[in-house]
Amino acid sequence: MAEFGNPEIVEEEVDILIIGGGMAACGTAYEIGPWIDAAKKEGVDITVKLVDKAAVDRSGAVAQGLSAINTYIGPEQDPADYARMVSNDLMGITRDDLAYDLGRHVDESVHLFEEWGLPIWKMDENGERHNGAEGLPALKDGGKPVRSGKWQIMINGESYKWIVAEAAKKALGVDNIQERVFIVKLVNDKKDKNRVAGAVGFSVREHKLYVYKFKACMLAAGGCVNIFRPRSVGEGQGRAWYPVWNAGSTYAMAAEAGAELTMMENRFVPTRFKDGYGPVGAWFLLFKSKATNGLGEPYMVRNKEMLDDYPPYGQAQVPASCLRNHLMLKEMREGRGPIWMDTVTALAELRETLSPREVKHLEAEAWEDFLDMCIGQCGIWAGENIEPEKKNSELMPTEPYLLGSHSGCCGIWVSGPDDVGAPTDEEHPEADKIPAHLPKGWNWGYRGMTTVTGLFTAGDGVGASGHKFSSGSHAEGRMCAKSMVKFVMDNKDWVPELDTPVEELVEEIYRPVRNYLEHKDYTTAIDVNPNYITPRMLQFRLQKIMDEYVAGVATYYTTNEHMLELAEQKLEMLKEDSLKMRAKDLHELLRAWENYHRILTAEAHMKHIQFREESRYPGFYYRMDKNFVDEENWKCFVNSVYDKETKTWTCFKRAHKDLVDKSKLFK
Amino acid sequence: MPTFVRTDKCDGCKGQDKTACMYICPHDLMKLDMDGSLTGHAMKSFNQEPDQCWECYSCVKICPQNAIEARPYADIVPLGASVQPLRGTDSIMWTIKFRNGTMKRFKFPIRTTPEGSIDPYGGKPEADISKISEPGFFVQVNGYRAGDPSELICK
Ligand SMILES: Cc1cc2nc3c(=O)[nH]c(=O)nc-3n(C[C@H](O)[C@H](O)[C@H](O)COP(=O)(O)OP(=O)(O)OC[C@H]3O[C@@H](n4cnc5c(N)ncnc54)[C@H](O)[C@@H]3O)c2cc1C
Ligand code: SF4
Ligand code: SF4
Repeated sequence: MAEFGNPEIVEEEVDILIIGGGMAACGTAYEIGPWIDAAKKEGVDITVKLVDKAAVDRSGAVAQGLSAINTYIGPEQDPADYARMVSNDLMGITRDDLAYDLGRHVDESVHLFEEWGLPIWKMDENGERHNGAEGLPALKDGGKPVRSGKWQIMINGESYKWIVAEAAKKALGVDNIQERVFIVKLVNDKKDKNRVAGAVGFSVREHKLYVYKFKACMLAAGGCVNIFRPRSVGEGQGRAWYPVWNAGSTYAMAAEAGAELTMMENRFVPTRFKDGYGPVGAWFLLFKSKATNGLGEPYMVRNKEMLDDYPPYGQAQVPASCLRNHLMLKEMREGRGPIWMDTVTALAELRETLSPREVKHLEAEAWEDFLDMCIGQCGIWAGENIEPEKKNSELMPTEPYLLGSHSGCCGIWVSGPDDVGAPTDEEHPEADKIPAHLPKGWNWGYRGMTTVTGLFTAGDGVGASGHKFSSGSHAEGRMCAKSMVKFVMDNKDWVPELDTPVEELVEEIYRPVRNYLEHKDYTTAIDVNPNYITPRMLQFRLQKIMDEYVAGVATYYTTNEHMLELAEQKLEMLKEDSLKMRAKDLHELLRAWENYHRILTAEAHMKHIQFREESRYPGFYYRMDKNFVDEENWKCFVNSVYDKETKTWTCFKRAHKDLVDKSKLFK
Repeated sequence: MPTFVRTDKCDGCKGQDKTACMYICPHDLMKLDMDGSLTGHAMKSFNQEPDQCWECYSCVKICPQNAIEARPYADIVPLGASVQPLRGTDSIMWTIKFRNGTMKRFKFPIRTTPEGSIDPYGGKPEADISKISEPGFFVQVNGYRAGDPSELICK
């Protein structure tokens, strides 16, 4: 009988494995069905399996719901406008091919969400807002959404994930979905080390270890949180802005499989309502609220000349997100805190311009914004007796997060579309430093495939783009569905063979369990033992290193080459000690491997910051020894590959190129 | 706001093989204490790592006994407030109680179609294999934005 320490080994072979059950994975699960049917008619049978560490109904970043769909192009705007916005917000270094491609596809997913039952707010002919259940025409039939910004539309999104998951589950069939399996690592092919052939993981519910073999794999396990010490302390620690369950699995597993990463120096430091991390987008954009310093002065006005230090990114109509933080941080550093969101004035002014019906809805809308996606913020408002029309709330920049689909662009280097004019070669003074086995140019056949044959990604996994959000991640997952089917058809006779024997993989995954069973009786208190480290303490150690040396909140997001060198040494020892993690049960085994993924992600982040000798994202991080944006030498992608044998990183540059005219942003 | 389970309400999901809260928590926090050895309350669930709770309320919304509530984190928020939902099939009702006793109630729609009614491919065309390498999806629902070709300056 399988028991703790002696798991049952389940080996399975499928054609396509989808890792993750979030927005991107649900997009893949939906789109893939009809293409599999079409492939079958060509004589190719394709099997698919989806594995998620949680339950698809409420897994990933949308678990709680959302109050807006942040990417909806609409019939009036052009995908090129979208690509321009993405580029400027991310300080000029994004892949226009990926952003443009997303821009042309994304609304297709939004229209499906509405068809499936997601309530989308509408504007009637008098310009009044209506909630999404009031029966106004659907977007696909010309209904007008309520824009809270140029690209965002408001929804009643409590059940957003539930709805998208229902479609995905029905499309794929529940028999092809395995929940509560945490994937630990990908396994390369025996004959081709630049190809993936399998993945291994374990159930957190049963004593079962899964070994999957496949032809193609979609890795979409979200971004990364909790590599930096969070601002929250004690019992509140789980309240980070980014959902605490996405642990960098996407980046860590891809890196270990040999995939080229890109822009891992990028991070996202959102400014949010203090302590609850409540969203500010609707407050700024829909309610037209202003943020001020402690003296009541709007810092965006007071410090506006600071934007001119960063041409052209500071001079667009909407300056890059990091620069808005940059202006706020000056106030904090110089002692003019706290930072306020002036909700009182904003709501008072709105009362003067809106119809009586809308005023009635206004209060509900303000609360719904939190209740749909950040309920904890309501708890703080209620606990501190804050009614936004009577009392202002504090804002605070958060600890850093790594992600590729929100306002961040770290991730994996993927093959883009071939019909938008993307480069097909590498023209760059340092092109010879790019490892020779890596592809040249921005497309190598299969849309969404990484530089590792057979490995695809979407959503937070795709780097150098950003601003895809929930809708764009779904659409990107759908694009991968098509290209994976094509890939499998092209490789129908190829048989995967793992480069590592199954027993070795099992030993590796179960090492934390063995560490525990072997040493637990050495001490009376099971948590303090010289022979192992608990995943929890390992996480604290990681967070302390990152916070203090790699530009966390402790140093107001500053670092320099000397601090990074110390971080490098400390992370190396931490990586060594990760072999000594213990797991006293399956739940702790989950935590152990999450934290291992966090270490690798953190290391990539640190190495990239070290390599890029400038401060590209002022307001998100500052290398104080290179505190400037250097357009001449660093307007390029920083990419890297990891060698799992030597456990070392190689960073290099790739050329940046504009495929759409960015000067239009400044006209 | 870590979640807590009320001893007077939780029935351990009537001894089914998986409880609703364990099934849904994205972070694997809710745990059924089968024999009471962990909490002193046999066949009731608890949050095994309160300081890892994201307060997503997934467990609160799904519990058939409304046995799960959340308390604002004690290390940051003054005591006395609560935020509690009641999730139905097409709407959700929220009751917010302030520390000073102020109460607010809100009701929002959550879905415009009956739960379980999605027919993913109903009325949709088949995929055309000859288009597998082109942009676009197997179905078009008026959302593909082809874009102005003159915007692509390298083409
Ligand atoms: C706080 C917050 C607010 C946001 N607000 C908005 C908004 O208002 N509007 C909007 O449009 N977008 C918003 N977004 C963005 C949107 O949620 C993301 O862009 C989107 O969810 C990314 O999709 P994904 O599939 O890449 O990742 P996710 O949706 O996060 O999915 C990741 C999946 O991987 C699984 N997983 C993780 N690790 C493993 C592993 N090792 N093995 C197996 N499975 C694993 C998880 O369980 C999950 O199913 C927000 C995001 C955050 C974090
Ligand atoms: S879902 Fe509710 S009733 Fe069921 S075990 Fe959890 S707390 Fe108890
Ligand atoms: S609120 Fe969310 S994270 Fe917390 S225990 Fe419930 S389901 Fe888990």
